[in-house]
Amino acid sequence: MSTAVRIDSVSKIYSASPSVLQRVFSSRSASGFQALRDVSLDIQHGEFFGLLGPNGAGKTSLISILAGLSKPTTGRVTVCGFDVQSQYREARRALGVVPQELVFDPFFTVRETLRLQSGYFGLRRNDDWIDEVLENLGLSSKAETNMRALSGGMKRRVLVAQALVHRPPVIVLDEPTAGVDVDLRRTLWHFISRLNRQGHTILLTTHYLEEAEELCGRIAMLKAGQVVALDSTRAILSKVGGTRLILQLDQPWKKQASAALDALHIESADNRLVLRLERSLDLEPVLAQVRAAGYSIVDLEVAPADLEDAFLNIMHQTPNVVQELA
Amino acid sequence: MTPTPLQPQLNTGSGFTTLFRKEVSRFAKVGFQTVAAPVVTALLYLLIFAHVLEGRVMVYSSIVYTAFLIPGLMMMSMLQNSFANASSSLVQSRMTGNLVFILLPPFTHWEIFGAYVLAAVARGLTVGAAIYVVSLFFVDVPLTHPLWIVVFAVLGTGIMASLGIIAGLWAEKFDQMAAFQNFLIMPATFLSGVFYSIHSLPSFWLAVSHWNPIFYTIDGFRYGFFGVSDVSPWQSLAVVGFTFLLMAFAALRLIRIGYKVRF
Repeated sequence: MSTAVRIDSVSKIYSASPSVLQRVFSSRSASGFQALRDVSLDIQHGEFFGLLGPNGAGKTSLISILAGLSKPTTGRVTVCGFDVQSQYREARRALGVVPQELVFDPFFTVRETLRLQSGYFGLRRNDDWIDEVLENLGLSSKAETNMRALSGGMKRRVLVAQALVHRPPVIVLDEPTAGVDVDLRRTLWHFISRLNRQGHTILLTTHYLEEAEELCGRIAMLKAGQVVALDSTRAILSKVGGTRLILQLDQPWKKQASAALDALHIESADNRLVLRLERSLDLEPVLAQVRAAGYSIVDLEVAPADLEDAFLNIMHQTPNVVQELA
Repeated sequence: MTPTPLQPQLNTGSGFTTLFRKEVSRFAKVGFQTVAAPVVTALLYLLIFAHVLEGRVMVYSSIVYTAFLIPGLMMMSMLQNSFANASSSLVQSRMTGNLVFILLPPFTHWEIFGAYVLAAVARGLTVGAAIYVVSLFFVDVPLTHPLWIVVFAVLGTGIMASLGIIAGLWAEKFDQMAAFQNFLIMPATFLSGVFYSIHSLPSFWLAVSHWNPIFYTIDGFRYGFFGVSDVSPWQSLAVVGFTFLLMAFAALRLIRIGYKVRF
Protein backbone atom coordinates (compact mmCIF):
# COMPACT_ATOMS: atom_id res chain seq x y z
CA MET A 1 0.00 0.00 0.00
CA SER A 2 1.43 3.41 -0.87
CA THR A 3 1.25 6.72 0.91
CA ALA A 4 -1.47 9.21 -0.06
CA VAL A 5 -0.49 11.92 2.40
CA ARG A 6 2.88 12.18 4.15
CA ILE A 7 3.36 14.79 6.83
CA ASP A 8 7.00 14.86 7.80
CA SER A 9 8.20 16.79 10.89
CA VAL A 10 5.94 19.76 10.23
CA SER A 11 6.09 22.77 12.51
CA LYS A 12 4.20 25.97 12.01
CA ILE A 13 4.86 29.32 13.62
CA TYR A 14 2.54 32.16 12.66
CA SER A 15 4.54 35.37 12.50
CA ALA A 16 3.28 38.83 13.29
CA SER A 17 2.24 40.37 10.00
CA PRO A 18 5.13 42.21 8.33
CA SER A 19 4.75 45.24 6.09
CA VAL A 20 4.07 45.09 2.37
CA LEU A 21 7.60 46.22 1.52
CA GLN A 22 9.15 43.55 3.75
CA ARG A 23 7.05 40.96 2.02
CA VAL A 24 8.04 42.12 -1.46
CA PHE A 25 11.75 42.20 -0.77
CA SER A 26 12.46 39.63 1.93
CA SER A 27 11.39 36.25 3.19
CA ARG A 28 9.26 35.68 6.24
CA SER A 29 10.44 35.81 9.82
CA ALA A 30 9.82 32.93 12.20
CA SER A 31 8.62 34.32 15.48
CA GLY A 32 5.14 34.32 16.92
CA PHE A 33 2.51 31.74 17.77
CA GLN A 34 3.46 28.09 17.37
CA ALA A 35 0.46 26.17 16.02
CA LEU A 36 2.18 22.87 15.13
CA ARG A 37 5.21 21.17 16.68
CA ASP A 38 7.04 18.51 14.74
CA VAL A 39 3.96 16.70 13.46
CA SER A 40 4.60 13.52 11.47
CA LEU A 41 2.04 11.09 10.12
CA ASP A 42 1.39 9.03 7.01
CA ILE A 43 -2.02 8.33 5.52
CA GLN A 44 -2.21 5.39 3.12
CA HIS A 45 -4.20 5.29 -0.12
CA GLY A 46 -7.78 4.26 0.50
CA GLU A 47 -7.81 5.07 4.20
CA PHE A 48 -10.61 6.85 6.03
CA PHE A 49 -8.51 8.86 8.46
CA GLY A 50 -9.71 11.01 11.34
CA LEU A 51 -7.91 14.03 12.73
CA LEU A 52 -9.27 14.89 16.17
CA GLY A 53 -8.43 17.42 18.81
CA PRO A 54 -9.92 20.24 20.83
CA ASN A 55 -10.32 23.74 19.36
CA GLY A 56 -6.93 25.33 18.75
CA ALA A 57 -5.10 21.99 18.65
CA GLY A 58 -3.80 22.69 15.15
CA LYS A 59 -6.15 20.61 12.98
CA THR A 60 -7.04 23.43 10.60
CA SER A 61 -3.41 24.63 10.52
CA LEU A 62 -2.34 21.17 9.41
CA ILE A 63 -5.05 21.00 6.75
CA SER A 64 -4.17 24.50 5.53
CA ILE A 65 -0.56 23.42 5.02
CA LEU A 66 -1.75 20.31 3.18
CA ALA A 67 -3.93 22.47 0.92
CA GLY A 68 -1.22 25.08 0.27
CA LEU A 69 -3.24 27.78 2.06
CA SER A 70 -0.43 28.04 4.55
CA LYS A 71 3.28 27.26 4.47
CA PRO A 72 5.06 25.06 6.99
CA THR A 73 7.79 26.83 8.96
CA THR A 74 9.78 23.59 8.87
CA GLY A 75 9.06 20.12 7.55
CA ARG A 76 7.53 18.74 4.40
CA VAL A 77 4.13 17.55 3.23
CA THR A 78 3.40 15.43 0.15
CA VAL A 79 0.11 14.41 -1.45
CA CYS A 80 0.29 11.37 -3.75
CA GLY A 81 4.05 11.83 -3.68
CA PHE A 82 3.93 15.50 -4.74
CA ASP A 83 5.43 18.13 -2.46
CA VAL A 84 2.70 20.66 -1.60
CA GLN A 85 5.16 23.55 -1.92
CA SER A 86 7.59 22.72 -4.75
CA GLN A 87 5.11 20.60 -6.79
CA TYR A 88 2.00 22.46 -5.74
CA ARG A 89 0.25 22.16 -9.10
CA GLU A 90 0.28 18.36 -9.04
CA ALA A 91 -0.40 18.22 -5.29
CA ARG A 92 -3.48 20.45 -5.58
CA ARG A 93 -4.88 18.36 -8.43
CA ALA A 94 -4.63 15.38 -6.11
CA LEU A 95 -6.50 17.12 -3.32
CA GLY A 96 -10.12 18.17 -2.78
CA VAL A 97 -10.66 20.35 0.27
CA VAL A 98 -13.97 21.19 1.94
CA PRO A 99 -13.23 24.31 3.97
CA GLN A 100 -14.64 24.78 7.43
CA GLU A 101 -16.06 28.25 6.78
CA LEU A 102 -19.34 28.49 4.89
CA VAL A 103 -18.11 30.58 1.96
CA PHE A 104 -19.63 31.16 -1.47
CA ASP A 105 -19.57 33.54 -4.43
CA PRO A 106 -22.89 35.42 -4.51
CA PHE A 107 -22.57 36.20 -8.22
CA PHE A 108 -23.26 32.67 -9.44
CA THR A 109 -25.77 29.79 -9.42
CA VAL A 110 -24.88 26.36 -8.05
CA ARG A 111 -24.15 24.96 -11.51
CA GLU A 112 -22.09 27.99 -12.53
CA THR A 113 -20.13 27.70 -9.29
CA LEU A 114 -19.30 24.06 -9.99
CA ARG A 115 -18.46 24.69 -13.66
CA LEU A 116 -16.09 27.47 -12.62
CA GLN A 117 -14.41 25.34 -9.98
CA SER A 118 -14.06 22.55 -12.51
CA GLY A 119 -12.60 24.96 -15.07
CA TYR A 120 -10.04 26.16 -12.51
CA PHE A 121 -8.65 22.63 -12.60
CA GLY A 122 -8.60 22.74 -16.39
CA LEU A 123 -11.71 20.53 -16.76
CA ARG A 124 -14.02 22.39 -19.10
CA ARG A 125 -16.30 19.55 -20.25
CA ASN A 126 -17.22 18.02 -16.95
CA ASP A 127 -21.02 18.25 -16.84
CA ASP A 128 -21.64 14.50 -16.50
CA TRP A 129 -19.58 14.31 -13.33
CA ILE A 130 -21.00 17.60 -12.04
CA ASP A 131 -24.53 16.19 -12.51
CA GLU A 132 -23.55 13.02 -10.68
CA VAL A 133 -22.13 14.99 -7.75
CA LEU A 134 -25.24 17.21 -7.64
CA GLU A 135 -27.45 14.14 -7.65
CA ASN A 136 -25.52 12.37 -4.90
CA LEU A 137 -25.55 15.39 -2.64
CA GLY A 138 -29.26 16.04 -3.17
CA LEU A 139 -28.58 19.29 -5.02
CA SER A 140 -30.13 18.54 -8.43
CA SER A 141 -33.24 20.63 -7.80
CA LYS A 142 -31.09 23.60 -6.72
CA ALA A 143 -28.69 23.52 -9.68
CA GLU A 144 -30.00 26.74 -11.23
CA THR A 145 -30.50 28.57 -7.92
CA ASN A 146 -28.26 31.48 -7.01
CA MET A 147 -25.89 30.71 -4.14
CA ARG A 148 -27.32 33.59 -2.11
CA ALA A 149 -30.76 31.96 -2.07
CA LEU A 150 -29.58 28.67 -0.55
CA SER A 151 -29.97 27.64 3.09
CA GLY A 152 -26.86 27.02 5.19
CA GLY A 153 -27.11 23.26 4.77
CA MET A 154 -27.45 23.56 1.00
CA LYS A 155 -24.43 25.88 0.84
CA ARG A 156 -22.48 23.27 2.81
CA ARG A 157 -23.42 20.66 0.19
CA VAL A 158 -22.17 22.95 -2.59
CA LEU A 159 -18.86 23.31 -0.72
CA VAL A 160 -18.52 19.53 -0.70
CA ALA A 161 -19.44 19.38 -4.40
CA GLN A 162 -16.82 22.05 -5.22
CA ALA A 163 -14.13 19.94 -3.57
CA LEU A 164 -15.07 16.95 -5.72
CA VAL A 165 -15.32 18.48 -9.23
CA HIS A 166 -11.85 17.30 -10.25
CA ARG A 167 -12.26 13.79 -8.77
CA PRO A 168 -9.36 14.16 -6.35
CA PRO A 169 -7.80 10.94 -5.02
CA VAL A 170 -7.52 12.58 -1.58
CA ILE A 171 -10.53 14.34 -0.06
CA VAL A 172 -10.14 16.54 3.01
CA LEU A 173 -13.21 17.47 5.03
CA ASP A 174 -12.63 20.09 7.72
CA GLU A 175 -15.55 19.74 10.12
CA PRO A 176 -18.09 19.25 7.32
CA THR A 177 -21.01 18.51 9.63
CA ALA A 178 -20.61 21.42 12.03
CA GLY A 179 -24.11 22.84 12.44
CA VAL A 180 -25.88 20.77 9.78
CA ASP A 181 -29.02 18.69 10.09
CA VAL A 182 -29.30 14.92 10.37
CA ASP A 183 -30.48 14.54 6.80
CA LEU A 184 -27.41 16.20 5.32
CA ARG A 185 -25.09 14.24 7.61
CA ARG A 186 -26.59 11.00 6.43
CA THR A 187 -26.49 12.01 2.72
CA LEU A 188 -22.94 13.27 3.08
CA TRP A 189 -21.54 10.22 4.87
CA HIS A 190 -23.31 7.88 2.50
CA PHE A 191 -21.67 9.59 -0.47
CA ILE A 192 -18.25 10.01 1.16
CA SER A 193 -18.21 6.37 2.28
CA ARG A 194 -19.00 5.33 -1.28
CA LEU A 195 -16.14 7.45 -2.61
CA ASN A 196 -13.90 5.84 0.02
CA ARG A 197 -14.94 2.37 -1.15
CA GLN A 198 -14.11 3.44 -4.71
CA GLY A 199 -10.56 4.15 -3.57
CA HIS A 200 -10.61 7.80 -2.51
CA THR A 201 -8.57 8.58 0.57
CA ILE A 202 -10.55 10.56 3.12
CA LEU A 203 -9.11 12.86 5.79
CA LEU A 204 -11.74 14.09 8.19
CA THR A 205 -11.67 16.48 11.10
CA THR A 206 -14.74 16.55 13.25
CA HIS A 207 -16.00 17.47 16.67
CA TYR A 208 -18.56 14.67 16.55
CA LEU A 209 -16.58 11.79 17.97
CA GLU A 210 -19.26 9.25 17.19
CA GLU A 211 -18.81 10.15 13.51
CA ALA A 212 -15.11 9.50 13.69
CA GLU A 213 -15.68 6.27 15.59
CA GLU A 214 -18.14 5.04 13.01
CA LEU A 215 -16.28 6.11 9.88
CA CYS A 216 -12.55 6.33 10.49
CA GLY A 217 -10.27 3.33 10.30
CA ARG A 218 -7.42 5.24 11.85
CA ILE A 219 -7.23 8.31 14.03
CA ALA A 220 -4.66 10.90 15.01
CA MET A 221 -5.31 13.11 18.00
CA LEU A 222 -3.72 16.52 18.19
CA LYS A 223 -3.20 18.50 21.35
CA ALA A 224 -1.47 21.89 21.44
CA GLY A 225 0.04 21.31 18.01
CA GLN A 226 1.41 17.83 18.73
CA VAL A 227 0.27 14.32 17.83
CA VAL A 228 -0.65 12.68 21.14
CA ALA A 229 -2.23 9.53 19.72
CA LEU A 230 -1.99 7.81 16.35
CA ASP A 231 -3.46 4.39 15.85
CA SER A 232 -6.38 2.42 14.45
CA THR A 233 -9.68 3.50 15.93
CA ARG A 234 -10.11 0.05 17.45
CA ALA A 235 -6.68 0.08 19.06
CA ILE A 236 -7.25 3.54 20.52
CA LEU A 237 -10.54 2.40 21.98
CA SER A 238 -9.12 -0.77 23.47
CA LYS A 239 -5.89 0.79 24.73
CA VAL A 240 -7.37 3.80 26.36
CA GLY A 241 -11.00 3.15 26.86
CA GLY A 242 -11.21 -0.50 27.83
CA THR A 243 -14.78 -1.47 28.62
CA ARG A 244 -17.28 0.49 30.67
CA LEU A 245 -19.23 -1.16 33.43
CA ILE A 246 -22.45 0.71 34.18
CA LEU A 247 -24.06 -0.22 37.50
CA GLN A 248 -27.36 0.75 39.10
CA LEU A 249 -26.93 0.54 42.87
CA ASP A 250 -29.37 0.53 45.75
CA GLN A 251 -27.96 3.83 47.05
CA PRO A 252 -25.83 6.73 45.75
CA TRP A 253 -22.14 5.92 45.34
CA LYS A 254 -19.81 7.63 47.80
CA LYS A 255 -16.29 8.35 46.69
CA GLN A 256 -13.54 6.75 48.76
CA ALA A 257 -15.78 3.80 49.52
CA SER A 258 -13.03 1.66 48.06
CA ALA A 259 -9.54 2.74 46.95
CA ALA A 260 -9.36 -0.02 44.35
CA LEU A 261 -12.64 1.07 42.78
CA ASP A 262 -11.73 4.77 42.84
CA ALA A 263 -8.92 3.97 40.41
CA LEU A 264 -11.49 2.64 37.94
CA HIS A 265 -14.09 5.34 38.55
CA ILE A 266 -15.29 7.21 35.44
CA GLU A 267 -18.40 8.90 36.72
CA SER A 268 -21.20 8.51 39.24
CA ALA A 269 -24.50 10.29 39.71
CA ASP A 270 -27.43 9.35 41.94
CA ASN A 271 -27.48 5.56 42.10
CA ARG A 272 -25.51 5.17 38.87
CA LEU A 273 -21.85 4.23 38.86
CA VAL A 274 -19.65 3.92 35.77
CA LEU A 275 -16.35 2.08 36.08
CA ARG A 276 -13.62 1.30 33.59
CA LEU A 277 -12.75 -2.35 33.04
CA GLU A 278 -9.32 -3.00 31.57
CA ARG A 279 -10.25 -6.60 30.70
CA SER A 280 -13.54 -8.48 30.83
CA LEU A 281 -11.87 -10.91 33.27
CA ASP A 282 -11.97 -8.09 35.82
CA LEU A 283 -15.75 -8.21 35.96
CA GLU A 284 -16.19 -10.70 38.80
CA PRO A 285 -13.60 -9.20 41.18
CA VAL A 286 -14.95 -5.70 40.57
CA LEU A 287 -18.53 -6.76 41.34
CA ALA A 288 -17.29 -8.49 44.48
CA GLN A 289 -15.52 -5.26 45.54
CA VAL A 290 -18.69 -3.24 45.01
CA ARG A 291 -20.65 -5.65 47.18
CA ALA A 292 -17.86 -5.68 49.76
CA ALA A 293 -18.13 -1.88 49.98
CA GLY A 294 -21.73 -2.35 51.16
CA TYR A 295 -23.73 -1.79 47.97
CA SER A 296 -26.30 -3.99 46.27
CA ILE A 297 -26.31 -4.15 42.50
CA VAL A 298 -29.76 -3.52 41.04
CA ASP A 299 -28.85 -3.54 37.36
CA LEU A 300 -25.72 -4.02 35.30
CA GLU A 301 -24.58 -3.14 31.78
CA VAL A 302 -21.25 -3.71 30.08
CA ALA A 303 -20.59 -1.28 27.21
CA PRO A 304 -17.60 -0.95 24.93
CA ALA A 305 -15.77 2.33 25.54
CA ASP A 306 -16.60 5.01 23.01
CA LEU A 307 -14.25 7.44 21.40
CA GLU A 308 -15.38 10.22 23.66
CA ASP A 309 -13.96 8.39 26.67
CA ALA A 310 -10.76 7.70 24.78
CA PHE A 311 -10.55 11.30 23.66
CA LEU A 312 -11.06 12.76 27.12
CA ASN A 313 -8.69 10.23 28.55
CA ILE A 314 -5.91 11.07 26.12
CA MET A 315 -6.42 14.80 26.42
CA HIS A 316 -6.17 14.62 30.21
CA GLN A 317 -3.40 12.09 30.43
CA THR A 318 0.11 12.75 31.66
CA PRO A 319 2.75 13.20 28.94
CA ASN A 320 4.34 9.80 29.76
CA VAL A 321 1.24 7.81 28.96
CA VAL A 322 0.73 9.93 25.89
CA GLN A 323 4.19 9.07 24.65
CA GLU A 324 3.43 5.35 24.93
CA LEU A 325 0.33 5.76 22.86
CA ALA A 326 2.00 7.70 20.12
CA MET B 1 -8.69 -0.30 -0.09
CA THR B 2 -7.91 -0.61 -3.79
CA PRO B 3 -4.95 -2.46 -5.28
CA THR B 4 -4.12 0.44 -7.60
CA PRO B 5 -4.39 3.79 -5.85
CA LEU B 6 -6.34 6.54 -7.61
CA GLN B 7 -4.18 9.11 -9.34
CA PRO B 8 -4.84 12.82 -9.86
CA GLN B 9 -5.75 14.02 -13.36
CA LEU B 10 -2.54 15.84 -14.20
CA ASN B 11 -2.94 16.70 -17.89
CA THR B 12 -6.12 18.70 -17.85
CA GLY B 13 -4.69 22.02 -18.98
CA SER B 14 -4.80 25.43 -17.39
CA GLY B 15 -7.60 27.05 -15.43
CA PHE B 16 -6.54 30.48 -16.67
CA THR B 17 -9.30 30.97 -19.26
CA THR B 18 -11.97 30.00 -16.74
CA LEU B 19 -10.63 32.45 -14.16
CA PHE B 20 -10.45 35.17 -16.80
CA ARG B 21 -14.03 34.48 -17.95
CA LYS B 22 -15.21 34.46 -14.36
CA GLU B 23 -13.61 37.86 -13.69
CA VAL B 24 -15.16 39.25 -16.88
CA SER B 25 -18.61 37.88 -16.08
CA ARG B 26 -18.28 39.33 -12.59
CA PHE B 27 -18.36 42.87 -13.98
CA ALA B 28 -20.49 42.07 -17.02
CA LYS B 29 -23.29 40.77 -14.75
CA VAL B 30 -23.50 44.18 -13.13
CA GLY B 31 -22.92 46.21 -16.29
CA PHE B 32 -25.04 49.15 -15.21
CA GLN B 33 -22.74 49.73 -12.27
CA THR B 34 -19.44 48.82 -13.91
CA VAL B 35 -19.78 50.18 -17.45
CA ALA B 36 -22.87 52.36 -17.89
CA ALA B 37 -22.34 54.39 -14.70
CA PRO B 38 -18.78 55.53 -15.54
CA VAL B 39 -19.90 56.43 -19.07
CA VAL B 40 -22.67 58.64 -17.68
CA THR B 41 -20.23 60.26 -15.21
CA ALA B 42 -17.75 61.02 -18.00
CA LEU B 43 -20.56 62.42 -20.09
CA LEU B 44 -21.58 64.78 -17.29
CA TYR B 45 -18.01 66.06 -16.99
CA LEU B 46 -18.01 66.57 -20.73
CA LEU B 47 -21.29 68.52 -20.76
CA ILE B 48 -20.33 70.77 -17.85
CA PHE B 49 -16.73 71.54 -18.78
CA ALA B 50 -17.50 71.85 -22.46
CA HIS B 51 -20.38 74.20 -21.75
CA VAL B 52 -18.28 76.38 -19.43
CA LEU B 53 -15.05 76.43 -21.41
CA GLU B 54 -15.93 75.81 -25.05
CA GLY B 55 -14.94 78.73 -27.24
CA ARG B 56 -12.80 80.25 -24.49
CA VAL B 57 -10.01 77.72 -24.50
CA MET B 58 -8.11 76.35 -27.47
CA VAL B 59 -5.48 73.70 -26.78
CA TYR B 60 -2.33 73.24 -28.92
CA SER B 61 -3.67 76.28 -30.85
CA SER B 62 -5.99 74.25 -33.08
CA ILE B 63 -7.95 71.72 -31.06
CA VAL B 64 -11.33 72.68 -29.64
CA TYR B 65 -11.55 72.11 -25.90
CA THR B 66 -14.39 69.58 -26.04
CA ALA B 67 -12.41 67.35 -28.38
CA PHE B 68 -9.26 67.77 -26.25
CA LEU B 69 -11.21 66.76 -23.16
CA ILE B 70 -12.50 63.45 -24.51
CA PRO B 71 -9.28 61.34 -24.56
CA GLY B 72 -8.52 62.62 -21.03
CA LEU B 73 -11.96 61.67 -19.76
CA MET B 74 -11.70 58.30 -21.51
CA MET B 75 -8.32 57.54 -19.98
CA MET B 76 -9.36 58.76 -16.52
CA SER B 77 -12.41 56.48 -16.56
CA MET B 78 -10.40 53.59 -17.94
CA LEU B 79 -7.77 53.94 -15.22
CA GLN B 80 -10.29 54.22 -12.40
CA ASN B 81 -12.36 51.29 -13.64
CA SER B 82 -9.48 48.94 -14.24
CA PHE B 83 -8.23 49.71 -10.73
CA ALA B 84 -11.70 49.21 -9.28
CA ASN B 85 -12.21 45.90 -11.07
CA ALA B 86 -9.09 44.16 -9.81
CA SER B 87 -9.14 45.68 -6.34
CA SER B 88 -12.84 45.21 -5.58
CA SER B 89 -12.85 41.64 -6.84
CA LEU B 90 -9.93 40.71 -4.59
CA VAL B 91 -11.03 42.63 -1.54
CA GLN B 92 -14.57 41.22 -1.76
CA SER B 93 -13.28 37.68 -2.21
CA ARG B 94 -11.02 38.11 0.78
CA MET B 95 -13.71 39.64 2.98
CA THR B 96 -16.29 36.98 2.14
CA GLY B 97 -13.68 34.22 2.24
CA ASN B 98 -14.44 32.86 -1.21
CA LEU B 99 -10.89 33.65 -2.36
CA VAL B 100 -10.20 30.13 -1.09
CA PHE B 101 -11.72 28.81 -4.33
CA ILE B 102 -8.91 30.55 -6.23
CA LEU B 103 -6.25 29.49 -3.73
CA LEU B 104 -7.07 25.76 -3.75
CA PRO B 105 -6.79 25.08 -7.52
CA PRO B 106 -3.36 24.64 -9.15
CA PHE B 107 -2.98 28.22 -10.41
CA THR B 108 0.50 29.67 -10.88
CA HIS B 109 1.02 33.29 -9.82
CA TRP B 110 1.23 34.21 -13.52
CA GLU B 111 -2.20 32.74 -14.20
CA ILE B 112 -3.84 34.59 -11.33
CA PHE B 113 -2.08 37.83 -12.26
CA GLY B 114 -2.93 37.42 -15.95
CA ALA B 115 -6.61 36.67 -15.37
CA TYR B 116 -7.21 39.55 -12.95
CA VAL B 117 -5.22 42.05 -15.01
CA LEU B 118 -6.73 41.10 -18.36
CA ALA B 119 -10.27 41.19 -16.97
CA ALA B 120 -9.59 44.62 -15.46
CA VAL B 121 -8.07 45.81 -18.76
CA ALA B 122 -11.15 44.46 -20.57
CA ARG B 123 -13.42 46.51 -18.31
CA GLY B 124 -11.26 49.60 -18.78
CA LEU B 125 -11.25 49.26 -22.55
CA THR B 126 -15.02 48.63 -22.62
CA VAL B 127 -15.66 51.80 -20.62
CA GLY B 128 -13.21 53.78 -22.78
CA ALA B 129 -14.72 52.60 -26.04
CA ALA B 130 -18.24 53.34 -24.79
CA ILE B 131 -17.28 56.89 -23.81
CA TYR B 132 -15.69 57.42 -27.23
CA VAL B 133 -18.78 56.19 -29.07
CA VAL B 134 -21.13 58.35 -27.00
CA SER B 135 -18.89 61.43 -27.35
CA LEU B 136 -19.13 61.21 -31.16
CA PHE B 137 -22.65 62.61 -30.77
CA PHE B 138 -21.13 65.82 -29.40
CA VAL B 139 -17.87 66.41 -31.19
CA ASP B 140 -15.63 64.83 -33.79
CA VAL B 141 -12.49 63.29 -32.28
CA PRO B 142 -9.94 62.08 -34.86
CA LEU B 143 -8.05 58.77 -34.55
CA THR B 144 -4.71 59.94 -35.92
CA HIS B 145 -2.46 57.10 -34.65
CA PRO B 146 -4.69 54.16 -33.60
CA LEU B 147 -1.76 51.98 -32.58
CA TRP B 148 -0.55 54.54 -30.02
CA ILE B 149 -4.11 54.74 -28.68
CA VAL B 150 -4.26 50.97 -28.15
CA VAL B 151 -0.75 50.75 -26.67
CA PHE B 152 -1.38 53.48 -24.08
CA ALA B 153 -4.87 52.20 -23.32
CA VAL B 154 -3.58 48.69 -22.60
CA LEU B 155 -0.51 49.80 -20.65
CA GLY B 156 -2.39 52.43 -18.65
CA THR B 157 -5.16 50.03 -17.63
CA GLY B 158 -2.50 47.36 -17.04
CA ILE B 159 -0.73 49.64 -14.54
CA MET B 160 -3.95 50.31 -12.69
CA ALA B 161 -5.03 46.67 -12.75
CA SER B 162 -1.68 45.68 -11.20
CA LEU B 163 -2.03 48.43 -8.63
CA GLY B 164 -5.57 47.18 -7.99
CA ILE B 165 -4.18 43.73 -7.21
CA ILE B 166 -1.64 45.25 -4.80
CA ALA B 167 -4.33 47.32 -3.09
CA GLY B 168 -6.77 44.38 -3.06
CA LEU B 169 -4.21 42.21 -1.29
CA TRP B 170 -3.09 44.95 1.09
CA ALA B 171 -6.44 46.38 2.18
CA GLU B 172 -8.10 44.56 5.05
CA LYS B 173 -11.18 46.75 5.20
CA PHE B 174 -13.33 48.52 2.63
CA ASP B 175 -12.32 51.70 4.41
CA GLN B 176 -8.65 51.15 3.55
CA MET B 177 -9.64 50.47 -0.04
CA ALA B 178 -11.64 53.70 -0.15
CA ALA B 179 -8.60 55.56 1.22
CA PHE B 180 -6.40 54.06 -1.49
CA GLN B 181 -8.91 55.05 -4.13
CA ASN B 182 -9.69 58.56 -2.90
CA PHE B 183 -6.29 59.70 -1.65
CA LEU B 184 -4.09 58.12 -4.28
CA ILE B 185 -5.90 57.07 -7.44
CA MET B 186 -8.30 60.02 -7.71
CA PRO B 187 -5.72 62.81 -7.17
CA ALA B 188 -3.19 61.08 -9.43
CA THR B 189 -5.72 60.83 -12.25
CA PHE B 190 -7.30 64.27 -11.76
CA LEU B 191 -3.91 66.04 -11.57
CA SER B 192 -2.53 64.45 -14.69
CA GLY B 193 -3.77 66.69 -17.45
CA VAL B 194 -7.23 65.22 -17.94
CA PHE B 195 -8.84 68.65 -18.12
CA TYR B 196 -5.95 70.77 -19.37
CA SER B 197 -2.57 70.78 -21.10
CA ILE B 198 0.03 70.82 -18.34
CA HIS B 199 1.79 73.64 -20.20
CA SER B 200 -0.96 75.90 -18.92
CA LEU B 201 0.20 75.16 -15.33
CA PRO B 202 2.57 77.30 -13.21
CA SER B 203 6.14 75.96 -13.36
CA PHE B 204 6.01 74.25 -9.94
CA TRP B 205 2.94 72.19 -10.81
CA LEU B 206 4.35 71.56 -14.27
CA ALA B 207 7.39 69.96 -12.60
CA VAL B 208 5.17 67.96 -10.22
CA SER B 209 3.12 66.65 -13.12
CA HIS B 210 6.26 65.30 -14.75
CA TRP B 211 6.71 62.99 -11.75
CA ASN B 212 3.21 61.57 -12.12
CA PRO B 213 3.26 58.45 -14.33
CA ILE B 214 -0.47 58.85 -14.95
CA PHE B 215 0.26 62.10 -16.80
CA TYR B 216 2.25 60.12 -19.38
CA THR B 217 -0.55 57.61 -19.95
CA ILE B 218 -2.96 60.45 -20.74
CA ASP B 219 -0.47 62.50 -22.76
CA GLY B 220 0.58 59.51 -24.87
CA PHE B 221 -3.03 58.40 -25.29
CA ARG B 222 -4.00 61.89 -26.44
CA TYR B 223 -1.13 61.89 -28.94
CA GLY B 224 -2.79 58.88 -30.57
CA PHE B 225 -5.91 60.97 -31.22
CA PHE B 226 -4.48 64.36 -32.24
CA GLY B 227 -0.86 63.69 -33.17
CA VAL B 228 0.27 66.42 -30.72
CA SER B 229 1.22 66.10 -27.05
CA ASP B 230 3.00 67.84 -24.18
CA VAL B 231 5.97 65.44 -24.31
CA SER B 232 7.22 63.01 -26.95
CA PRO B 233 5.08 59.83 -27.16
CA TRP B 234 8.29 57.79 -27.01
CA GLN B 235 9.18 59.36 -23.69
CA SER B 236 5.65 58.66 -22.48
CA LEU B 237 5.92 55.07 -23.70
CA ALA B 238 9.19 54.61 -21.79
CA VAL B 239 7.71 55.96 -18.53
CA VAL B 240 4.43 54.09 -18.89
CA GLY B 241 6.13 50.86 -19.93
CA PHE B 242 8.57 51.05 -17.00
CA THR B 243 5.76 51.83 -14.54
CA PHE B 244 3.77 48.88 -15.82
CA LEU B 245 6.73 46.52 -15.38
CA LEU B 246 7.32 47.84 -11.86
CA MET B 247 3.68 47.43 -10.82
CA ALA B 248 3.42 44.03 -12.50
CA PHE B 249 6.58 42.87 -10.73
CA ALA B 250 5.25 43.95 -7.33
CA ALA B 251 1.80 42.42 -7.93
CA LEU B 252 3.28 39.14 -9.19
CA ARG B 253 5.61 38.95 -6.23
CA LEU B 254 2.79 39.52 -3.72
CA ILE B 255 0.65 36.85 -5.38
CA ARG B 256 3.58 34.44 -5.44
CA ILE B 257 4.36 34.77 -1.73
CA GLY B 258 0.63 34.77 -0.91
CA TYR B 259 0.78 38.17 0.77
CA LYS B 260 -2.02 38.28 3.38
CA VAL B 261 -3.77 35.32 1.74
CA ARG B 262 -1.47 32.34 2.29
CA PHE B 263 -0.13 32.48 5.84
